[in-house]
Amino acid sequence: MTEEIEAQGRAPGISEHSRATPQTYLIGLFYAVVLTLASFWASSTDLIYAPGIPVLLAVLAVAQMGVHLVFFLHISSAPDQTNNFLALAFGIFVVGLIVFGSMMIMANLNHAMMPMDRLMQMQR
Amino acid sequence: MSAAGQVVSLPGPIPLSMRGPAPTRVVVGYGFWLFLLSDIIIFAVLFAAYAVLSGETNGGPAAAALFDKTHVFIETACLLASSVTCGFASLAVQRRDRIAAYLWMVITFILGAAFISLERSEFASMLAAGNRPSRSAFLSAFFTLVGTHGLHVTIGLCWLLVMTLQIATLGFLPMVQRRFFCFGLFWHALDIVWIGVFTIVYLGAR
Repeated sequence: MTEEIEAQGRAPGISEHSRATPQTYLIGLFYAVVLTLASFWASSTDLIYAPGIPVLLAVLAVAQMGVHLVFFLHISSAPDQTNNFLALAFGIFVVGLIVFGSMMIMANLNHAMMPMDRLMQMQR
Repeated sequence: MSAAGQVVSLPGPIPLSMRGPAPTRVVVGYGFWLFLLSDIIIFAVLFAAYAVLSGETNGGPAAAALFDKTHVFIETACLLASSVTCGFASLAVQRRDRIAAYLWMVITFILGAAFISLERSEFASMLAAGNRPSRSAFLSAFFTLVGTHGLHVTIGLCWLLVMTLQIATLGFLPMVQRRFFCFGLFWHALDIVWIGVFTIVYLGAR
């Protein structure tokens, strides 16, 4: 069974080589707790230059998603995980396209649109 | 990337072209992984809608005035802890340890149910204050995004209940182990989506 899995790729979350132990989950929990506390602290602190806080929050969130992927879902870039990793990369690509694409297009439309009161006057 | 190079780098004497199809467990896991990624794309669409509409309050309450960070912190703690206990349950199912599996599944269920009831009370107090989804575009986007995540967690809880019954009646068949393994992936993926929710919706509100 183990040999087969090594040869033909591995499903996400399966870790035959002693990678899924309680310790893995506890290490992941430790990092996740630290990053979550950091996020909540960063959102209500005045020690940091305020316009920089959203960037910090985004960095902490991406880091925590990475921690969850590695320690809970056991995704890695190992050769036997090529399929999972490529699917994940494509998923991230589509998510980025949808989220940033929508925000950019809508901001652009907002910018190009006539102010609402003038538009209302023209329709009368 | 040459085919010859790949064969040499793989362990085992059998060439890649002569090996049979991948084991069921790998196929099931990969298929479910693709489903999860498409589910995350659904959430990406809702996140995009929220990001675009979060400022359109139409004279109603803005995000910063609505949310209670302590409440959200407890919700986050519940979901994170349940993710870890789900991992422990998954390990117990893999080594066919019945008592440990039940114990961790019950704890996972309680933590998940606590998350849902906290979210329900938050929604109920918002609705009671007249902040309905129909109040503004911001509230529509908020209830759609957070409600969809809550719906997923509720479905996950039903699934966990079904898995408990299957382990009780069928035992640790390979089929049941595969299903539990898919449930674990689902539950961890929901926790990843929640990171996005609490960062963008709750902590991003200012």
